[in-house]
Amino acid sequence: MAEVNTGDGGGGHGKHEKKRAKKLSTRIDMTPMVDLAFLLLTFFVMTSTFNKAKTMEINFPAEPKSDEERQKVNNALTFIMSKDNSIYYYYGEFFPANNKDGKPATELTKTDFSKDGLHKLLLDKNKGTVEEINKLTEQLKTRAIADSTYKRLAINAKGNKAALTVLIKADDKAVYKNVIDLIDELNVCQVGKYAVVDMMPAEFDLVTAAGSK
Amino acid sequence: MPKIKMPKANPSLDMTPMVDLAFLLVTFFMLTASVRVSEPVVVDTPSSTSDKLLPENVLLVSIDKFGKAFFNISNPQVRISTLERMGEQHKVQFTDEEKKRFGAMTSIGVPIAKLKEYINLDDTQRQKIKSPGIPIDSTDNQLGEWIQFGRIEAAKQARAEKDKAEAAGREFKYEPMRFAIKADGAANYIAVQDIIKIFTKKDIYRFNLITNLEQAEE
Repeated sequence: MAEVNTGDGGGGHGKHEKKRAKKLSTRIDMTPMVDLAFLLLTFFVMTSTFNKAKTMEINFPAEPKSDEERQKVNNALTFIMSKDNSIYYYYGEFFPANNKDGKPATELTKTDFSKDGLHKLLLDKNKGTVEEINKLTEQLKTRAIADSTYKRLAINAKGNKAALTVLIKADDKAVYKNVIDLIDELNVCQVGKYAVVDMMPAEFDLVTAAGSK
Repeated sequence: MPKIKMPKANPSLDMTPMVDLAFLLVTFFMLTASVRVSEPVVVDTPSSTSDKLLPENVLLVSIDKFGKAFFNISNPQVRISTLERMGEQHKVQFTDEEKKRFGAMTSIGVPIAKLKEYINLDDTQRQKIKSPGIPIDSTDNQLGEWIQFGRIEAAKQARAEKDKAEAAGREFKYEPMRFAIKADGAANYIAVQDIIKIFTKKDIYRFNLITNLEQAEE
């Protein structure tokens, strides 16, 4: 620590002992100052918040005026979130059992948040877009296209008519985290068209039946 | 045996570099620090890979684990004028002192009838009491009113600032108020959806969902 002034000239000045005039030390005791500095340092380290909150921008659809307005979407994948982080999905349009068109009833498939589950499924279903975007990224790396062009083309690729559309639905046992995780996974897998929508009663029954199995 | 002479070490060392460093850090933290304000509710947000920063000017609705709603506006002026409008609506008079205190507060989660009492509590007491959340029933949709008035007042404020800037010949950069939702990861999704529906009924469709940053898996 900083030396305390003992008044004998800071020591180590044995040669000057014979001199009458006492040489005053130019050193000052810094200990209190250092104490204070570290106190303040600790205080600020403890109280400061470093990272600002991060956000995810999302658009929610307006409430449809009537059921007829519900658009029929091609190439749609519907995810239904349920209890205990389970995810059910089906591809294409929904057909309830015994429908008048005579189509086979929609069956739910179960998946999970693991790498082999959701991630693989999305990459597989969204292959076209992923490949296109990978190609664009490659071009960007070799400087074949500019930054802004890349952005524009990537948005185009994601909004392409043939690109995958994802509908996200959740039942009353799902937690908010599930929905955020799913949206995050969609972003990772370059799915540009997704919406969080309400569930149809028929779907609800199907999920409840699947969950109680 | 001859005595081994130990070199006499000087016990004092030069502390100057350490002190320099300490003060440098103190200065750094003082300048970068933003005071952490205590929220009346703990919200454990889910994590995502999104790295967008939250805009400055937001209307924030926090939703805790149990689906209780809390309301906040980042701009103190807008907060105060929103409080005035809410007071008019619900026949509650707020004094200037109360308005000032409200402007410096964080999220609130009490019905308007109890708000006056809540504002007049001191900080430690406020920490202790449990907020019941802002009512969101369709019969008494106070959250909807807060959102509505907050939005109107934010627009008014922006216009006033624009006029002021134009009068002074300065350039005005309009930053629209964003709507942020900070929900707990363990909250029931239907509860969150109910609150989102309050927004969509008011024709607000674009949200910033607050998340933690998570390292992307390779």
